[in-house]
Amino acid sequence: MNIYPLKREKKDLNSFTCKSCGETYDEFLMKKEWNVCPKCQYHYPVTAYDRILMITDSGSFSEFDKCLTSVDPLNFPEYKDKLISDKKNTSLNDGVITGEAFIGGYPVVIGVMDSRFRMGSMGSAVGEKITRSIEESLKTRKPLILFSASGGARMQEGILSLMQMAKTSAALEQLNHEKILFVSVLTNPTMGGVSASFASLGDINIAEPQALIGFAGKRIIEQTIREELPENFQTSEFLLEHGQLDMVVKRSELKQALSIILKIHHLNFRECL
Amino acid sequence: MNLQELIKLENHIAELKEMSTNHHLDLTEVLNNLEQKANEIRNHLNENMKVWDKIKLCRIQQRPTTLDYIHHIFEDFIELHGDRLYGDDPALVSGIAIFDGMPITVLGNQKGKNTKDNIYRRFGMSQPEGYRKALRIMQQANKFNRPIVTFINTPGAFPGREAEERGQSVAIASNLREMASFEVPIICIVIGEGGSGGALALGIGNRIFMLENTFYSVISPEGAAALLWKDATQAKRAAEALKITAKDLMKLGVIDEVIKEPVGGAHNDLLLQSQYIKQTLRKALQELGHLDKGIIRQQRYDKFRKIGEYMDEILG
Ligand SMILES: [Zn+2]
Repeated sequence: MNIYPLKREKKDLNSFTCKSCGETYDEFLMKKEWNVCPKCQYHYPVTAYDRILMITDSGSFSEFDKCLTSVDPLNFPEYKDKLISDKKNTSLNDGVITGEAFIGGYPVVIGVMDSRFRMGSMGSAVGEKITRSIEESLKTRKPLILFSASGGARMQEGILSLMQMAKTSAALEQLNHEKILFVSVLTNPTMGGVSASFASLGDINIAEPQALIGFAGKRIIEQTIREELPENFQTSEFLLEHGQLDMVVKRSELKQALSIILKIHHLNFRECL
Repeated sequence: MNLQELIKLENHIAELKEMSTNHHLDLTEVLNNLEQKANEIRNHLNENMKVWDKIKLCRIQQRPTTLDYIHHIFEDFIELHGDRLYGDDPALVSGIAIFDGMPITVLGNQKGKNTKDNIYRRFGMSQPEGYRKALRIMQQANKFNRPIVTFINTPGAFPGREAEERGQSVAIASNLREMASFEVPIICIVIGEGGSGGALALGIGNRIFMLENTFYSVISPEGAAALLWKDATQAKRAAEALKITAKDLMKLGVIDEVIKEPVGGAHNDLLLQSQYIKQTLRKALQELGHLDKGIIRQQRYDKFRKIGEYMDEILG
């Protein structure tokens, strides 16, 4: 386990035009709000390390398995090249960062997916890192917090990717059996094999506003049933209404909400008598 | 003895209290006497409320709702939604919170605060999703060893086509069975209408309390009147016959304690009502918290096991 100093990337700041409300402003303003449009509150994706900075107590994060990375088990066309270019573009070794940290003073095991790396898709490496973080949570009995952002299972690793759904869910069964808290935070987008495995299995399922969450893609559904689907179909708000989520929480309030949940969870009622 | 007299007396007491603090006078004895007299009038007024008055009082718009009590009794309430199956029922609210430093799971039927809100909340009548959400949240409480507090205030489970299609009966029945299995203390408080199965689905507790002016019944008085006498206007008569007030249920051995209400009803003093509930809750949690998990479950079973009145006819 290594401790990595977290620094926010400094890039040239350009103007930014919101695709949701059309407003243009300095990109700096967006960064300041953790990629939430200051005008219409649209939640844009954030990188995994930014998420960790935003959510965990300052300096408390220490990373697991930083060097674990994908191979190309099926010799799948173009996969190797794509991995190389994603690594170069993101400085990540795969689609999820895991580690331990404190949130609001409470220790947690945390995993954060990064949708820039192969759309955050889950192959063997992502599945392994998630499973190891669940095992760490089992070992230390620290609550587990997973932030998902994923297009689903990674096609290029075929059936092995599908089986990561089973592997992560089976590990969560052990966590459930041991009565250790798991909070799943679903962010934009959480689809397919990730939505249909660990991301939906939280004791508490939280989503950011307007995140796209679902199993099958909207277009596939429309083609299959030959019906047009409502505007808000498969959004966080849609899922809340349909009973799949406990809460929809704005990015700016997420740390506070997680802190209170952890606070309540850490209390033992028999010790309070 | 009437309400005007009481208000006059209460004002007088307040004046004397102010005087005694301002002028450092010891008026303890006088004040105690007056307080006692005020209490006598309060009791007299409350005791002389007719069943039908109580029912009306339970149903008025200003009657405090589950969320009102949650916000006045608990800290750090986080509302949790959804049954993870089909929907999120706004007629039933649930979540986690802190009471006296203790982690608590709290849930209850939720009526609206006005007409619009009431339509949204379906007047506190749940679909199966509501009961399934309640079950999910209570199972989580059991998993994480958190006591459960439920607030009951519903005319009944929602009568509708979709409710039947999605298994209203199965949803209620599952709650009755599962609540019997939990190894954490469950405390149920009827704060308004205790409408039949829809109320019982949150009502399998180690302790069951009713606010003084509430009722808890197998069927609504209107429903009973319509079925028995084909005449809903006979509801008053049915209400008397069914024995549904807190006092009646106490006599029948169904509930553990009646929580008093401020004079004129809970809505007249939400803060005071919340204080009364807090006191009762505190005492119950202290008693139950010291019991072993298995005993908590057994105690609840024994409580319901012994309800019923019957006789064995000895055959010659
Ligand atoms: Zn915008």
